[in-house]
Formats: sequence, structure tokens, C-alpha cells
Amino acid sequence: MVIGERKPFDEIMKMLEGLKKIAVMGCGGCVTVCLTGGHDEVRVLSSQLRMARDKEGNPIEIIEKTLERQCDPEYVEQAESVAKEVEAILSLACGAGVQFMAERYQNLPLYPALNTTFVGGSKKEGYYVERCQTCGECKLYFTGGICPIARCSKSLLNGPCGGSTKGKCEIDPEVDCAWQLILDRLKSLNQMDRYSSMMPVNDWRTNRDGGPRKMIREDFQR
Amino acid sequence: MSDFEPIVVAFCCHYCAYGAADLAGSMRLEYPTNIRIIRLPCTGKITPVFLLRAFERGADGVYVAGCLEGDCHFIHGNLVAKPRVNYTKKLIQEVGLEPERLEMFNMSAAMGPRFAEVAREFVERIKTLGPSPLNKTYRVQSDAA
Repeated sequence: MVIGERKPFDEIMKMLEGLKKIAVMGCGGCVTVCLTGGHDEVRVLSSQLRMARDKEGNPIEIIEKTLERQCDPEYVEQAESVAKEVEAILSLACGAGVQFMAERYQNLPLYPALNTTFVGGSKKEGYYVERCQTCGECKLYFTGGICPIARCSKSLLNGPCGGSTKGKCEIDPEVDCAWQLILDRLKSLNQMDRYSSMMPVNDWRTNRDGGPRKMIREDFQR
Repeated sequence: MSDFEPIVVAFCCHYCAYGAADLAGSMRLEYPTNIRIIRLPCTGKITPVFLLRAFERGADGVYVAGCLEGDCHFIHGNLVAKPRVNYTKKLIQEVGLEPERLEMFNMSAAMGPRFAEVAREFVERIKTLGPSPLNKTYRVQSDAA
């Protein structure tokens, strides 16, 4: 899922300066699961905003709403009645959701309440880790299901660097050396032959370096 | 502000603090009338939204009273509540309220005197802090003055 972290409260307050009526819009997708942009977080942030503005003697009216997803036109559509009533929408979706909302509601300012940080998963409740860098050229077949692009600090493709010590990365003793993990796993899977073949230099054109990407399922095009 | 009588909301667990409040009453123990008790099935029910709503509606102080650690009727509800209360302290601090306005206490149903003591101490703490800026009664007065 896409992981997001809430922006500092002061930054959000600054974005909303001068506004009297806004919508705080949550997203029922990834950011609900990672506990930063769902129904509950909408209620918490709205409550905080109302209190902070009330305290200044400059109250703000807030409509709280959470869409099923903000990255899908059919759900973005459902914010229309709210959009008519407010001066701006503060979205708790990831960057993609905010942009889909902004595209649909052309005359309405759309503000992000989250910093979209990475693609990952939950180790346990409330603890999220990065696992994919969306490079567009998956190498997990060769690396025992552990990604050297996302999990090696240098994104090395052919084994660890000299900074690997006792299975940890030199950037932080708490960060595992991805290549140590890969080697341990290949050994246990009896697939060390995959380590012996050289991986060519990465083609970053499939990553962001090739400009904005798109994916089209032709059988769905009408 | 000598005549300040704070509004304190106490979220009390049915199996301990709520029983302790009952016992405090049976023992004829005095504690301040500022406390508004809200009974919860377990403090594990508490979320930051509950606590923030209390402050938003003008409570000067809020506390959560759950079972002694290790004694939760639902095994670990009180241990779920503790970090949530601490997290909410940060949330109210962001808004500009003192984190001391929120606290978590642990007590058993047999601790009636402790319930009264906590109530007295907490109300005293809130009196020292003064009214919450969101408490409309006192804001009107200070605006007028």
C-alpha cells in the first residue's frame, strides 16, 4: 500500500489561513490502512483544526467526509455536493488522490494534509516499512523475493558493499543489509546459482526517469 | 481566577474506576463535583477522537481511569489505552493546550479512596492551569474583562 504521514499541524494551519469553511476529505484506501488518512483521522484532524481556530477566535466550519478512494473518478464524483459548499478541500489521501480530486474540482483549491512517503506494508499494527520503489522492472525472481532496489540503501544489484557489517547496513545499525538478507534466503532456498549470474546495469527508464508512467488494459478501453 | 470551577471529564472503566467511584460514594468520601464520569466497557474503547471531542466541547481537563496494569477484564484494554492517551497529549499540544490537561490513571474497583484522591488531585491540577481556552463560559468572562 501507499504509506503517508501527516504533515506537521502548523503547516496545515498555514495552508488554511483565511478560510472559513472547508471539507476535510479522507480516503478509504491505503491511507486508512496505515492509519493516517481514514475516517478516524479525518475526525481527529478536524477536531484539532476547529479547536486551534476556535482558540484564536477565528472559527472554521468543517465538513468531514471520507470517500471510498480518491484515486478513482467514480468515487471522486461523490464529493460533488460537498465541493459546492466549501472554499477548499483538505485531502488526507496520498499525492495521487489529491491530484485526482484537483483534476475533478477545477475551481476548488485542493490542499494535501499528508506527505506521501513510500510503498510498503505493515510489520505490525501502526508500524510500516518500505518494500517497493516502483522501479518498473521487478527483480525479485533473482533475489529471493527481497528487493535490492528498495531495501539496499545504495540500490546495488550484484551483492553487498563494504558497509555491510554483521548483517546490518552502515547507514544505521537497525537497518538490515538487503544483500545479507538476499544471500541468506537464496542459500536456504538452494538458489545460489541466481546470485552467480551478473545483473546488468539497471534501466531507470522504467522508473521515474522515463517521465510520468501509465498502464493501460486494452480490453477495458472503449 | 479564584472562582474557577473546572469541567473535568473522567472516562472510567466499568470494571474498576467506575466501581471505585461507586465505592467512594458508599464510603461517603468527598471528592470535587467538577468530575463528569463517562462509563466505558473498558478503557481499550478510548480513541483520540473521544478525548479530543471532550476538549472541543470545552472540558478543562480529561482523564481516563482504567484497571491496574495486568488486571484488565479484557486482558490488555488498559495497555491499549495508555499509548493512545499519550498520543492524544501530543495532539492537544499541537492545538496549543497543555498536555497536563489529559492524564491516565490506574486503579482497582476496591480503591474508592484512591478514586477520590485522583479526582481531588486532578481538579487541583486543572485549577492551577486555569480554564481551557475552549471553555466558553470563562472565555466570555475574560473577553468582557
